[in-house]
Amino acid sequence: MSFEMETAPHPEQLRRVAIEPVSRVEGHGKVTLLLDDHNRVQQARLHISEFRGFERFIQGRPYWEVPVLVQRLCGICPVSHHLCAAKAMDQVVGVHRLTPTAERLRRLMHYGQILQSHALHFFHLSSPDLLFGFDSEVARRNIVGVAAAHPDIARQGVLLRKFGQEVIRVTAGKRVHGTSAVPGGVNKALAVAERDGLLKDIYDIIKWSREAVALTRRLFEQDPDTYARFGRFDAGALALVRADGAMDLYHGGLRARDVAGEPIFDHVAPDTYDDYIHEQVKPWSYMKFPYIRSLGPDDGWYRVGPLARMALCDFIPTPFAERERKAFLAFDDGRAAGSTLGYHWARLIEMLHAAEVIKDLLQDEQTLGTELMAEGARQGRGVGIIEAPRGTLIHHYEVNEEDLVVRANLIVSTTHNNNAMNQSIREVARQYFDGRELSEGLLNHIEVAIRAFDPCLSCATHALGRMPLEVTLVDAGGHTVDRALRDPGEAC
Amino acid sequence: MATPAPRLKVATTSLAGCFGCHMSFLDIDERLFELLEHIEFDRSPLTDIKTCGACDIGIVEGGVCNAENVHVLREFRSQCRILVAIGACAITGGLPAQRNHLDLADCLREVYQTDPGTPGGRIPNDPELPLPLDKVHPIHEVVRVDYFIPGCPPSADTIWKFFTDVLAGRTPTYPHGLIHYD
Ligand code: SF4
Repeated sequence: MSFEMETAPHPEQLRRVAIEPVSRVEGHGKVTLLLDDHNRVQQARLHISEFRGFERFIQGRPYWEVPVLVQRLCGICPVSHHLCAAKAMDQVVGVHRLTPTAERLRRLMHYGQILQSHALHFFHLSSPDLLFGFDSEVARRNIVGVAAAHPDIARQGVLLRKFGQEVIRVTAGKRVHGTSAVPGGVNKALAVAERDGLLKDIYDIIKWSREAVALTRRLFEQDPDTYARFGRFDAGALALVRADGAMDLYHGGLRARDVAGEPIFDHVAPDTYDDYIHEQVKPWSYMKFPYIRSLGPDDGWYRVGPLARMALCDFIPTPFAERERKAFLAFDDGRAAGSTLGYHWARLIEMLHAAEVIKDLLQDEQTLGTELMAEGARQGRGVGIIEAPRGTLIHHYEVNEEDLVVRANLIVSTTHNNNAMNQSIREVARQYFDGRELSEGLLNHIEVAIRAFDPCLSCATHALGRMPLEVTLVDAGGHTVDRALRDPGEAC
Repeated sequence: MATPAPRLKVATTSLAGCFGCHMSFLDIDERLFELLEHIEFDRSPLTDIKTCGACDIGIVEGGVCNAENVHVLREFRSQCRILVAIGACAITGGLPAQRNHLDLADCLREVYQTDPGTPGGRIPNDPELPLPLDKVHPIHEVVRVDYFIPGCPPSADTIWKFFTDVLAGRTPTYPHGLIHYD
């Protein structure tokens, strides 16, 4: 089955336009458009063009290596993979409740991650489109241009990200690819001096986060038609929520609503996720297309990430962010809450929430405790689910009696959003392109839509792909180094 | 008033890497603004320039895992005076090279066809998808490389040392604490 504009009936008669690589996103992807003689878009696709092999090559590794290994999927959100794998491995070592200190330190690391990733995404990657305009000059459309035109905004962005990275460093041991989360707990306590160093800056961080939320709200207020309409479509949503319905980005049960906002399921325990979610494969992308089983692939797709979390939670358990959530949902009769660019506003509300949670955790004496590890009875299966910056992240492992991983299944946030991203580029093509000569600025509209999801195309390339042709790789001296095979069957 | 020296042009790219080396580059934090007085970016995931122009420095993260990586790497080599391999993946293939001891066909079938969560799946084969190589290669096996900055990722201080040395006209060197391989 495919959607309108997903597959053109006679592609050979159409003109191809490619956006390659998609820039100011993380990872490797490209967009192809097929146009007819009247410049009407007949097909629009976001392809994930790289593959790796994580799910396969962690098989045979001892389970305790996995949290440090899998984070190399992604350098922007390594903490999400690190913690999600650790949560799955907690179950493998039979630990269903961490010590209070370990739980707090892992949460601190995670909310530091949310803060730094959201700041990076907004300030370093997306803000040039929003501050200068979608079709502004290419040379200026980057963080360097922002630093020249709006030095305060750029500086705050850099310092917000720095703070999040420092929270990660003191809890994980390293800013990128830390090592502290281990099956059953953490291996590093927080020193008083480390805590005090962060506390000193937290009030500035909260203040700047509030200013950032106000900035996105102003963008919507100034141009509600563009902001609320751009690439807009209705979709279902999926996220974790706490037992009382509050937003919780570290732990909870799965909640899903359909396109009309009606509940599909609620408080689903993480280890039964595979009863509810399946994935579809399409020949033109290495990234799979997940869907809710009871609705099937055509109707069961959904959005994850800030927009979905804002809509699904009953409330945000910190005061400033909760006030902003209400303003966001109320804006223009809820029109911001379903728009692609609404992701930016929702994301910054979460950044503010993360800053508030970090403050609370730093002021909690139990965070400074030294009881770090818990124990239990060994099991063969573990499923971890966490709300990563970009949305729901699922890690599922089976471990044998020799402590080796025998099966791994990872569904990353960007994969959940695969169909939603494709839907939004089709929508933008429909709204802005039809019949017009495609300029660079118009094409950037497509990327603006993709960037709103903050896709982590790096995370999304964990699966392996196939080579439909043959290439030979020759080194600088003319010697054949490698050959790609024509058909996977031949490799057997 | 002396005319400022022209800025060095710097291009960066991620091949089969995780972007962690780029993140570590951004971990120079506020020093970024100081650096921007001396460099400007060409093609990079941070800009919308899609092909590499003539540059002074090209920084490559990640190894070579498909035909597109080969193409981008050769473009960088031909356009950049100094080519730098940053991080374990570019230097040795890194973690993605773990797949080198596996049979690609088995992996494909397992991920796309026999996985119980993907009923009726097929292996993606659209011509828009670049051709994977059956092994992941470090970049020096494909092009000449001028400098290597080890680490997974190298720390921000190491990357900063690289830039300050090059901007001062020195050969980059790293004292003991700045070189590590984790
Ligand atoms: S060297 Fe490490 S940090 Fe750099 S791209 Fe490879 S896995 Fe990521």
